[in-house]
Amino acid sequence: MIEVRRHNAAYCKECFFHVFREQVKRAISQYDMLGTSDRILVAVSGGKDSLALWDVLLELGYDVTGLYLGLGIGAYSTRSGEASKAFAADRGADLIVVDLERDYGYDIPTAGKRGSRSTCAVCGLSKRYVFNRAALEGGYDVVATGHNLDDEAATLLGNTLRWQTEYIARQSPALPAKEGMVKKVKPLFRLSELETAAFAFLRGIDYVVEECPLVGGNTQLRYKDAMNAIEADSPGTKAQFFLGYLDRGLPLFRFEDTAVLAACENCGQPTTGRFCAFCRARAQILGELLTPPDDDDGSVAAEMADEVMPVEIFGGSA
Amino acid sequence: MKVRLRNPDREVEVDGGRAVGAVLGDLGVNSDTVLVIRAGELITRETRVDETDEIEIRPVISGGAL
Repeated sequence: MIEVRRHNAAYCKECFFHVFREQVKRAISQYDMLGTSDRILVAVSGGKDSLALWDVLLELGYDVTGLYLGLGIGAYSTRSGEASKAFAADRGADLIVVDLERDYGYDIPTAGKRGSRSTCAVCGLSKRYVFNRAALEGGYDVVATGHNLDDEAATLLGNTLRWQTEYIARQSPALPAKEGMVKKVKPLFRLSELETAAFAFLRGIDYVVEECPLVGGNTQLRYKDAMNAIEADSPGTKAQFFLGYLDRGLPLFRFEDTAVLAACENCGQPTTGRFCAFCRARAQILGELLTPPDDDDGSVAAEMADEVMPVEIFGGSA
Repeated sequence: MKVRLRNPDREVEVDGGRAVGAVLGDLGVNSDTVLVIRAGELITRETRVDETDEIEIRPVISGGAL
């Protein structure tokens, strides 16, 4: 039996599968996330959420390919890659593997030590950039990620505590395609982390249970702990908070989504500045200078190397 | 009763003969943040566990975000 306190219900396995899939179908339908002819790229990490998402989308008959990004975090990444490949093999699904160090010259542990961003921040930036770029280059129509209700409620809490209105304006579970940016969707947003874990377990998915060894002190975890403490006394709070934001809060902040995008002068990906946040972070990590085409004496590059990174436009995690 | 905890992996002994919810309470674990597994099956807060049972308390909350 699986207890879902916010539903005031407990389900047998088969009924739980039905309820879970119906929540995903409702999310997809409500936000027009996926079409039957869409080529979908699902970002997988080997964890419960991404593999559960991939499983559901395959079961629902979508054309979905997995993308795994190797982050170079020692045995943790090795296990994550193995879990993703094993799932793909078991389901007969296609998996693209990108390696951050092989393809972009750095790994996450190194990035956390050398860059000005936190390890988790540069990891998130790297993943969002690579997923978007892989989708564009592979001709995919949409990128799907395994963000769940706990993720979204915690992100919204963090962004609201700091009144980061440019991010609050962009936390829809379906972000439309723009020039240089593929459509991004989060079909699991109606489901809690407990539900995705239960689904993955009951489906016999061998996901990575171990936590990333670099996650210590992670802000997102603190926000999740806070939300779950409230949820323990008031089941349904996370859903009311995030789904209520989608219904009544998001429309009030749409005017904050004013980013004007141009092409990064290094890679061509969209950015609000001359170079995108990924290229600037990568240059800093590798100890390189990004040089605009018209910067003959390198003075612009040197000046920009010390500037605060521009606002990320691929996501909006707290 | 043996209880396997994760992240990091470790084993503790607790009193059995009561509901899972009581075991979680003693361990200071929020039931919304874990799967409780016995013999390959998920069990709920109301399930009674005996002294001879072995259970796993598996955290579900992850810190990473895409």
